[in-house]
Amino acid sequence: MSERYLQIDKVRMVFDTRKGPFCALEEISLDIHAGEFVSLIGHSGCGKSTLLNILAGLLRPTGGHIVLAEREVTGPGPDRGVVFQNHSLLPWLTCFENVQLAVERVFRTTEKENAVKERVHRALELVQLGNAQHKYPHEISGGMKQRVGIARALSIEPKVLLLDEPFGALDALTRAHLQDELMRIVAATGSTVLMVTHDVDEAVLLSDRVVMMTNGPSAIIGGVLAIDLPRPRERIALAGNRQYVGLRAELLEFLYRKQMREAA
Amino acid sequence: MSARPVIVHALKPQPVEGAGTGPAEESTRLHPAMNQASAAPEKPLYVRTRAPEWLPRLLAPVIGLGLFVVLWAIIAKSGGRLPDPVSTWHSAVEVFSNPFYKKGPNDQGIGWNVLTSLGRVGIGFGLAALVGIPLGFMIGRFRFLSDMAAPVISILKPVSPLAWLPIGLMVFKAANPAAIYVIFVCSLWPMIVNTAVGVRHIPQDYLNVARVLNLSEWTVFRKILFPAVLPYMITGVRLSIGVAWLVIVAAEMLTGGVGIGFWVWDEWNNLNVQHIIIAIFTVGIVGLALEQAMILIARRFSYE
Repeated sequence: MSERYLQIDKVRMVFDTRKGPFCALEEISLDIHAGEFVSLIGHSGCGKSTLLNILAGLLRPTGGHIVLAEREVTGPGPDRGVVFQNHSLLPWLTCFENVQLAVERVFRTTEKENAVKERVHRALELVQLGNAQHKYPHEISGGMKQRVGIARALSIEPKVLLLDEPFGALDALTRAHLQDELMRIVAATGSTVLMVTHDVDEAVLLSDRVVMMTNGPSAIIGGVLAIDLPRPRERIALAGNRQYVGLRAELLEFLYRKQMREAA
Repeated sequence: MSARPVIVHALKPQPVEGAGTGPAEESTRLHPAMNQASAAPEKPLYVRTRAPEWLPRLLAPVIGLGLFVVLWAIIAKSGGRLPDPVSTWHSAVEVFSNPFYKKGPNDQGIGWNVLTSLGRVGIGFGLAALVGIPLGFMIGRFRFLSDMAAPVISILKPVSPLAWLPIGLMVFKAANPAAIYVIFVCSLWPMIVNTAVGVRHIPQDYLNVARVLNLSEWTVFRKILFPAVLPYMITGVRLSIGVAWLVIVAAEMLTGGVGIGFWVWDEWNNLNVQHIIIAIFTVGIVGLALEQAMILIARRFSYE
C-alpha cells in the first residue's frame, strides 16, 4: 500500500475553449509513496498547476483517475491539504480563525471545542506563529501569511499535502527560510507532499523525486529524477556537494536544453 | 516600491560595509537612519515658520462657506424676493428654538417634520434592505436568476421613484404608506445591484478555500460570502439612503401631512421663503449626516 499511496492513473485534461478543445495534459501517470516528497517542475503553462488542481478536486479530469489511500478522488475534500500560491487567507479572520475554519470543519463533529482550539494552537506553533495568532492577514508579512496557509493545510491532518508554488511570491531570503521550515515540518509530521514549483534549487533541496513535465499543450512527464541526497539536508553544505550540483545540472539541462525550443 | 529610495539613502554613509549585504540587513539598518532623519534638529523650526498642516485644511471649508454666504447676500441685496442671510439666520434661530411643538396635524415644529421624514425613510429603506439584500445574493449567486432579473431591473431602475407614487396611492389609499412605498422602490435597486455585484466579485481564491475544505453552504455563507460582500452591500445601503433622502422631500410635497417635504410646500403656500431656505439647509445637513454615518460604518468593515 505504501508503494502506491497516491496513484495518478492516465490522467488527461482537455479544456473546452472558444477556439476549440485545448489539451493541457496528454496523459499523466505517477505513483507516490506514503511519506514521499515529490515536486512537479516545468515551464509556466506546462499544466503542472492543472494537475495539482485535479488532485485537489477543483478540476475534474477528462480521463483517467486518481486514487488516494485506496479511495478514488472524485471532488475536493479535507483529506487533502492545499497551500495556494497567494496564501488565500480570508482577510476578515485572524490567523487563528483562518486555521480554526479548517480544523472545525474536520474535527468539530468528533472533538470538543477545547480540543479543536488546541489543534489550531499546535498548527500555528508548528509554523512558529504562536504569538501572531490574533493578527489579521494584512498585519503580517507575506512569508508569515504563507506560514498560516501551511498551518491551515496541515491542521486538518491531510493524507497528502498539495503545494502550488507555495513560495513563488516571496523574496529570495524569505523563500529560503520557509523552505528550511517546510523541510523541518515535513520531517516532523512525516507528511506526503506534492509540490508544484519552477525553482530548480527548491525542487532538488526539498524533494525525494522531481517529476519533470514537458511544455504544454499536451504535456506529459518528460522524466523523473530521484534525489537520493541524505536527510536532513542543509542548504549551505549542499551548495558545494557534487551530487547536488550534478542533480541540479540534470534538471537545468532538461528545462533549458530539452524544453527551451518549444518554450521560446 | 517606496522603500527603494530609502535604502539608497541609508547605505550612503557606509558604502563599504553596505556592499554585499542582503536586503534583510539593509532593512534593519534602515530604521536608525530614518530615526535620525526624523529627529533632526531643524524639525521644530519647520513647525514655527510654517503654519500647521491642519490650518489650511480647516480654513478652506470656512472660506468656502463664507464666500457662499457673501454671494447669497449680494444676490439678495440686488432685488427680488430672496431673503438675505441675516434675516434667514434670525428666522432659523426662532424655528429651532422650539422644534417640537404640535399645533394640530398640519402645524408642527421642524423637529417633528424631520423625524417623520426620517421615520418614513427608515421604514421604506428597511423593507427594501430586507427584500433587496437577499435578492441581490441570489441574483449574484445564480446565473439563471441574474439573467431573469436583468431586463426587469434594467427597465425599472431608471424610472423616477415619483412615477410610482400614483400606484402607491391607488393600492394603499393613504398618503403615508404610499410615501413609504416610494422610498422602498427607490432604495431597492441600488441594494440589489450592489449586493449582486459583490457576490459576483468574490475572489475565486476564497471560494477555492471553501471548496477544498468542503465547507457546508451555511458556513460558506457566514464565513466567506457574507463578509466578502459586506463592503459592497454597505455601498448599496449608502446609495439607497442617499436616494431615499432625496426622494422623500419630493414625495412628501405631493402627499402632504407631516414631513420636511410637506413643510417646504406648506411654507411656499405661506410665502415664507426664509423657512424654505431653512428647510433646504436642514435637508442638506441631515443628508450629510446620514452619508457620513454610512461612511463610518463602511470603514469599520473594510479589511485592507
